[in-house]
Amino acid sequence: MDKVYQSNHRKIATALSIIPGLGQFYNRQYLKGSIFLVLAVSFLIAFWDFIDIGIWGIVTLGEKLPRDNSIFLMVYGIISIFLLILAAIIMIINLRDAYKNGERRDLGQPLNSVRQQYRNLIDYGFPYLMLSPGFLLLLFVVILPIVFMLLLAFTNYDLYHNWPAQLTDWVGLENFKKLFTMSVWRDTFLSVFSWTIIWTLVATTLQISLGVFLAVLVNQKDLKGKGIIRTLLILPWAVPAFVTILIFSGMFNESFGAINTVILDALSISPIPWMTDPLWTRIALILIQTWLGFPFIFVMVTGVLQAIPNELYEAAKIDGASAFQQFKEITLPLILYSIAPILITQYTFNFNNFNVIFLFNGGGPAVEGQNAGGTDILISWIYNLTMTSQQYGMAAAITMIMSAVVIAIAIWQFRRTRSYQEEDLM
Amino acid sequence: MSIKTRKIIRLTVTYFIIAIMAVVIIYPLVWVFGASLTPGTSISSFSIIPENPTWDHYKKLFNLEESLYLRWYWNTIKVSLISMVASVISISLMAYSFSRYRFIGRKHGLITFLILQMIPNFAALIAIFVLANVTGLINTHLGLILVYIGGAIPMNTWLMKGYLDSIPKELDESARMDGAGHFRIFWQIIMPLARPMIAVVAVFTFITPFTDFILAKVLLRQPEQYTLAVGLYELVSRQYGSEFTLFAAGSIMIAVPIAILFLSLQKYFVSGLTAGGIKG
Repeated sequence: MDKVYQSNHRKIATALSIIPGLGQFYNRQYLKGSIFLVLAVSFLIAFWDFIDIGIWGIVTLGEKLPRDNSIFLMVYGIISIFLLILAAIIMIINLRDAYKNGERRDLGQPLNSVRQQYRNLIDYGFPYLMLSPGFLLLLFVVILPIVFMLLLAFTNYDLYHNWPAQLTDWVGLENFKKLFTMSVWRDTFLSVFSWTIIWTLVATTLQISLGVFLAVLVNQKDLKGKGIIRTLLILPWAVPAFVTILIFSGMFNESFGAINTVILDALSISPIPWMTDPLWTRIALILIQTWLGFPFIFVMVTGVLQAIPNELYEAAKIDGASAFQQFKEITLPLILYSIAPILITQYTFNFNNFNVIFLFNGGGPAVEGQNAGGTDILISWIYNLTMTSQQYGMAAAITMIMSAVVIAIAIWQFRRTRSYQEEDLM
Repeated sequence: MSIKTRKIIRLTVTYFIIAIMAVVIIYPLVWVFGASLTPGTSISSFSIIPENPTWDHYKKLFNLEESLYLRWYWNTIKVSLISMVASVISISLMAYSFSRYRFIGRKHGLITFLILQMIPNFAALIAIFVLANVTGLINTHLGLILVYIGGAIPMNTWLMKGYLDSIPKELDESARMDGAGHFRIFWQIIMPLARPMIAVVAVFTFITPFTDFILAKVLLRQPEQYTLAVGLYELVSRQYGSEFTLFAAGSIMIAVPIAILFLSLQKYFVSGLTAGGIKG
């Protein structure tokens, strides 16, 4: 359908709106025009200097000490970029508005009255109004730190390159190069990374298997006392994890812990160095995480099992399927299908499970020839680099690699789930 | 072998396995309870019920002059409650907008949330620490609360939006016919219907700050400001072993109330979780 334009108001109005408001004036919408104009002028007055310093700051990261604090300048720079994006959005709305109304005039249609404009503003503006508090918060406490961290990975920010002693500088890919070529960093990174992977796979798979096994076990029809048994099995989930991990770190303590002094003693096994031998610490951690993690899976799987129609099993019985065959052909596929998304979040959760590693033994014991402990996973190593040795730049680079792994897995997962494919989203 | 004997064997094995699990689950809790009653500061010789049980450690924790424990408890409850209320309000508003309105930027907003919920909010740990230093929010509960709310928004908004989508839109429309405004529809029609999901979100946004260790550890520096997780950790890690009995008493006083609360509420949020999780 071709539109027949009788004039060129739409082009003139859009061109005039390069200065916000003028296009609206041209369309004789004076109130709206003045709002845009006032908005634009006050934005310039309020933020011009800030943006000027911010952009200069983020490019140079400061030139003179002690006047310039590189990190402050970087934060100003990021906020300036946010402000510029905001300005660009308002500008686009302004240009679109001028064009739309100009087009209506070209087509000989009447323009909205001030009253209608007000109604429109309320109707269209309402969702934005409701979103803005949460969105602003998200911008400053979630998005800003993420952007900041991305940038930090390309600087030499550490204990020495810090205000007021020295400026921090952009170093390009130096941190990543160091991570893969300097032997201390490379060896540490490889050993921490491989332990992180082993930890994630073994601990998560164990907790899932135990959860599924117990759920199927308890779901047997002729079992008495299901209610009490289920409450009992949920108990490890009900107690806050940080409490239980600290309790376990006492129980595994080599001098007074119950594992060595009571249980192994009763079985006449000699004490095991749970806290000082990396291999035993790892085993202890995996056992603890299994204890902590299985109830959640147990609850989820129980929910699935109760929804499986009984007819499936009866049909299988008539066909002469054994109990094991029934489990393998009916129960397991249904469970895995229903809780697949949850299973993947379990893996990503353990990949980043800082609490259990740090609270049990601080990532220790120390290992020769590397700057991370024997059970440090990536996130706890990053924590130590930040809080103990203040190697912010390196820590940020490692965080980037770690997040890339998590995000890749998560995106792969969400592409398959229904909420992503939902038409409604688009 | 008859069907009956097979059944008896199967059930016996099942009960046996459950009994083993029961021991594995309960033993640590009983052990720490025993430790909390042990006189002195260490537990060199240990039996489930100590020879001269004492409540001294509990008394000490309740004594404001001798220990900061009650202070930590109060800090934790305060931080968790404020985070919960603020999160629930902003999440409901956002989820309602995403569910009921079609506006420019909606799709991008939803995808942004989807990506943000995959990144744990402590991934940007360094940045949060440095930014808190820059803004002076380090060592304040306000900084911590803001980070908790921000971290709660993406995932819970998705959860709530999914639930609101299932409330029929005809309800809004008929209310609009009757002249109800935007906010009134939200407040008087949608919110009461969304109560089960609000409960789920409230539990999540309360439990997360309550049990968080890493952010509180990074942001809080002074013992008076600690939350329970950080305080308890400091109690055991400062001089390992020597204060273990005190720590044990402290952990019992967290574990018991939270476990009771959790078990009595589980019916509600487990069903919400199952519905949300299994639907994907």
